[in-house]
Amino acid sequence: MELLAFGKTGWGDELFIATLMTLAVSITAMFIGFLFALIFTPLKLSNNKFFNLIANCYTTVIRGVPELLVIYLFFFGGSGAVMYVASIFGYNEYIEINAFITGSFAIGIISGAYSTEVFRGAIQSIDKGQFEASKVLGLKKPIHFFKVIMPQMLRLAIPNLSNVWQITLKDTSLISVTGLVEIMRQSYIAAGSTRDPLFFYSFAAVLYLLLTYLSMKFINRLEIKYSKGY
Amino acid sequence: MISSFPKLLNATLITLKLLSVSLVVGLILGILFSIMRINKNPIINKFAYGYSYFFRGTPLLVQIFIIYFGLGQLEFIRSSFLWIFLKEPYWCAIIAFSLNTGAYTSEILRSAFETIKPGLIEAGKSLGIQSKIIFFKIQIPIAIRQSLPAYGNEIILMLKGTSLASTVTLMDLTGVAKYIISTTFKPIEVFIVAGGIYLFLTFLIHNLIKFLEKKYSF
Repeated sequence: MELLAFGKTGWGDELFIATLMTLAVSITAMFIGFLFALIFTPLKLSNNKFFNLIANCYTTVIRGVPELLVIYLFFFGGSGAVMYVASIFGYNEYIEINAFITGSFAIGIISGAYSTEVFRGAIQSIDKGQFEASKVLGLKKPIHFFKVIMPQMLRLAIPNLSNVWQITLKDTSLISVTGLVEIMRQSYIAAGSTRDPLFFYSFAAVLYLLLTYLSMKFINRLEIKYSKGY
Repeated sequence: MISSFPKLLNATLITLKLLSVSLVVGLILGILFSIMRINKNPIINKFAYGYSYFFRGTPLLVQIFIIYFGLGQLEFIRSSFLWIFLKEPYWCAIIAFSLNTGAYTSEILRSAFETIKPGLIEAGKSLGIQSKIIFFKIQIPIAIRQSLPAYGNEIILMLKGTSLASTVTLMDLTGVAKYIISTTFKPIEVFIVAGGIYLFLTFLIHNLIKFLEKKYSF
């Protein structure tokens, strides 16, 4: 137990901060994923073949390639790409991107591909009459989307989004390869310096279980809240 | 880009080996645990539930690290015959993958068992068929057919999961890709080749499952 003490003697506070880091990366990644889904879901549902092709490429490639490979692409290729863009604007210094940003971006793109599929499925399972009714009523496009389609879509999407959240949360463990100090990386450091890997990796497993358990509880509440009236 | 291709193809063999061995072991584990899940004895089904909850609630990376770095720390494991396997990263990865995919497979099979209409089993009973034969000849074939689409997804997830073997020094497809990236510093080209190989494999698995679904549809 003294291994987990807070302060200088134990690893308690470090692991606590690392847990917050895991949460921060997961939430940021989930949010970036939503932004991607917001762009790609309409492309997927549009009647334009070209837009469909782009969106399908995105979801197929990202969901068919290992997460670790995507992370390596961003980790090794990220700063090169940013420097290339910066050089077009005449900035030629070396730019190093923060591990947090690369990590959440990489995981965000992955989670975005899953979210896109979830939103697409949710919109497609909304009753056709709803679209037609709001057209007949002459609702403006933004009102039609935000007041009619979105609330129904969210209700249908929540159970599947909770799966995406679980996947995203677990994927953040892979960012440890880039050196960002989240649960896995901190356990690796602690295991290395105390030579007690079994304890620290098991403890990391417990932390992840705790996070998934708590988020399930939270999502169940949301589900109840959004299915009021059904 | 072209010079790295043979190296990556060689590494694909290791990926496929890891995938096939862990899928076979995982399937056996999955069948065992799904049968335990539908067992009426609370201790047995709680145990199976705990197993699947742990392996589905924690990242695969943690599981590999516990097995590869953690278990070697225990003296009684180092002195037992298990050490022959546990000192090799290859076997550690296979153990972790099998346990992981076993947990997901058991969930898939359990839900397939639960969707079987009770009328089918009752019909079997009223025809006087032994419950063992009902299980093997009625429940299992229907459950396998029901779970094919979900199991196909699981195979693809596992294919992606094998990339984690590279974190315990195994040179699988991702491991070799990372090595080439860090020596040549050409991330995008290598990503295209390695990602292309993964996509090709995913495509094959997807179509194989589709074919099987069609063949066994009723």
